Amino acid sequence: MNFKRLAAIAYKETLQVWRDPRSLAIALLMPLLQMVLLGYGVSLDIKRVPLCVYDQENSQTSRAVVQGFTASKWFAVARILGDERAVRAAMDRGLCAGVVTVPVDFSRRLAATGTASVQSVFDATDANTTNIAIGYAEAAVARTAADFQARWAAAHGRRVPTVGTVDLEPRVWFNEGLDSRNFIIPGVVAVILGLVGAQLTSLTISREWERGTMEQLISTPVTALEVMIGKLVPYFFIGLLDAAFCLGAAAYWFRVPFRGSLGALVVTTALFTLVVLGIGYLVSVRIRSQLGASQVALMLTMLPINLLSGYAFPIDQMPAPIRAVTLVVYARYFVTILRALFLKGSTVGALAVPIAALVLYAVVILWVAARGFRKRLD
Amino acid sequence: MKADDAVVLAQALTKRFGAFTAVDGLDLAIARGEVVGFIGPNGAGKSTAIRLLCGLLRPSAGRAIVAGYDVGREPEAVREHIGYMSQKFSLYGDLTVRENLQFFGGLYRVPRRELEQRMGLAVALAGLEGRERALVRTLAGGWKQRLALGCAILHRPPVLFLDEPTSGVEPEARRKFWDLIHHLASDGVTILVSTHYMEEAEYCNRIALIDAGRLVAIGSPGSLRRRELGGTLYELECSALGAAVAAANSAPGVIDAAIFGDKLHVLMAQGADTAELARLLGRARITAGPPRAIIPSLEDVFVRLVAKPRDRRSGA
Repeated sequence: MNFKRLAAIAYKETLQVWRDPRSLAIALLMPLLQMVLLGYGVSLDIKRVPLCVYDQENSQTSRAVVQGFTASKWFAVARILGDERAVRAAMDRGLCAGVVTVPVDFSRRLAATGTASVQSVFDATDANTTNIAIGYAEAAVARTAADFQARWAAAHGRRVPTVGTVDLEPRVWFNEGLDSRNFIIPGVVAVILGLVGAQLTSLTISREWERGTMEQLISTPVTALEVMIGKLVPYFFIGLLDAAFCLGAAAYWFRVPFRGSLGALVVTTALFTLVVLGIGYLVSVRIRSQLGASQVALMLTMLPINLLSGYAFPIDQMPAPIRAVTLVVYARYFVTILRALFLKGSTVGALAVPIAALVLYAVVILWVAARGFRKRLD
Repeated sequence: MKADDAVVLAQALTKRFGAFTAVDGLDLAIARGEVVGFIGPNGAGKSTAIRLLCGLLRPSAGRAIVAGYDVGREPEAVREHIGYMSQKFSLYGDLTVRENLQFFGGLYRVPRRELEQRMGLAVALAGLEGRERALVRTLAGGWKQRLALGCAILHRPPVLFLDEPTSGVEPEARRKFWDLIHHLASDGVTILVSTHYMEEAEYCNRIALIDAGRLVAIGSPGSLRRRELGGTLYELECSALGAAVAAANSAPGVIDAAIFGDKLHVLMAQGADTAELARLLGRARITAGPPRAIIPSLEDVFVRLVAKPRDRRSGA
């Protein structure tokens, strides 16, 4: 390996990126755009579930029940309905995710028997949201019921019976506010770097084939390793710049707490950048048209990273065969690392496995890519 | 020339792509400082032969030695000692003149002290003084080609392979380019250059005629014209050229007849009588001028030589 030749390649590549609006756009605008779209768009929080209310009784008591829903931050009461047909229509037209109906004899029953039911109907097309919304609804009704009990007890000069109640006192660690954004954003950084990095390098070799400069290049004594390293150098720095931007946005704009070591963050980010650049380069070595290379790089990164990295869809909830597939999705390791560094403040030792996986990935990819570059036309 | 003296030597060099043989048993020996022209139609195998000699393609059979190194076994050593200009323009259009030169200077590890001076020479050679900071894609064809040559010789290679360096370049720029080639050859650089412009063949020390992957003939332009036709060439003006070719070919003593522009070229065996030709043309109701013996052009030679093996193949 000769440093002079390597430097010549790196300098040339830098000039070309700098003068190529398309590369610059990928390098600088794509991360910005994706950070905004994914950072704001992807949220697993279920807040302000749209709800319709059909209060058949419209008494002081029934209004207290309705009040329990409107006061909750988890629900947004979209509409008060007047009859049975409107309930069906509201569900059909998707005006709300659920309808709460207070029956016409609600307060009479409550007074007579001490218990009364409130009916709730949910649109379970989205099962996950419905599950959570039912939980919210139960909580809202329970709070109202507790109020009724307390008022009844006060009116009768008695204490609310407390015998036999068992409370769960939950403590949540690492993401105390149960804010799904804290969970998502570190993963988003991995997704963006994965997409952008592979796109950047996917064009670097195919561009030379397409423009006819490759034949001249391989007629010189330059080696495959010099070409690879020389070409990766500028993109490596661009990748780190993008990473710094995304990580900075995560910490300072989206306010995800960062509790780990900055050194570990820099080293693992550099490692991941190397892996994704290597993937793009490998594609570029194999596919001689820019369009083809860019498409394949997109396919190799977009779907696996989005679906199988665990950034939004938890890997431990996937069926075993799919879980096995995620083992080769390099992004999952970086998602794990970033989450641990941001939220848990994990030490490097605790992250040995994902770090080792990334190292292995980088070595294999770059080795295959370097070998894949042939200085021959046949 | 003895094979030992050859700077470029090919022995039974062959390249097959599947069932297609692009270069078929090429034997070639080029001495130091010689300018050899590869002439042949498109698809004849000129580019493939040059790529084989540059080590860009692996020979299917045979071998080639360039600047003392075997192209099949030591392609990297070959690359250190050659300059190559591929058929397609292959400098970086988004880099300036100077940046392109710097890039290739770096790849060939030209020492820093010498690089400035050599880049200056290359710029002067290309006639690009004052345009060092221009992006290469903004240059006209002739300048681009001369700059590409400048890049290919930055490391002072003893051997140069130029694959159709003047295609698509205007005649004036082509002439300038050939001046550069001869200037380099006079410094002892060995040059193999392919072209499909027949008139450029005249600028070469020797011409290698290539057709269908085979070397059909090799020699100086003069010797090829004298030797290879094997008869006397006559030119005559006549009507109905198509019918005239058929009539002439049936005349005794006629080796070959072909249309050349708006005239008929008839090759006759040494000492054959043209009177019989005129009689046959007359009988076919063709008005023809008197046959004039002419010096054959290289194109005559080429057409004749390429036709020969094909005739044999078809059994004619």
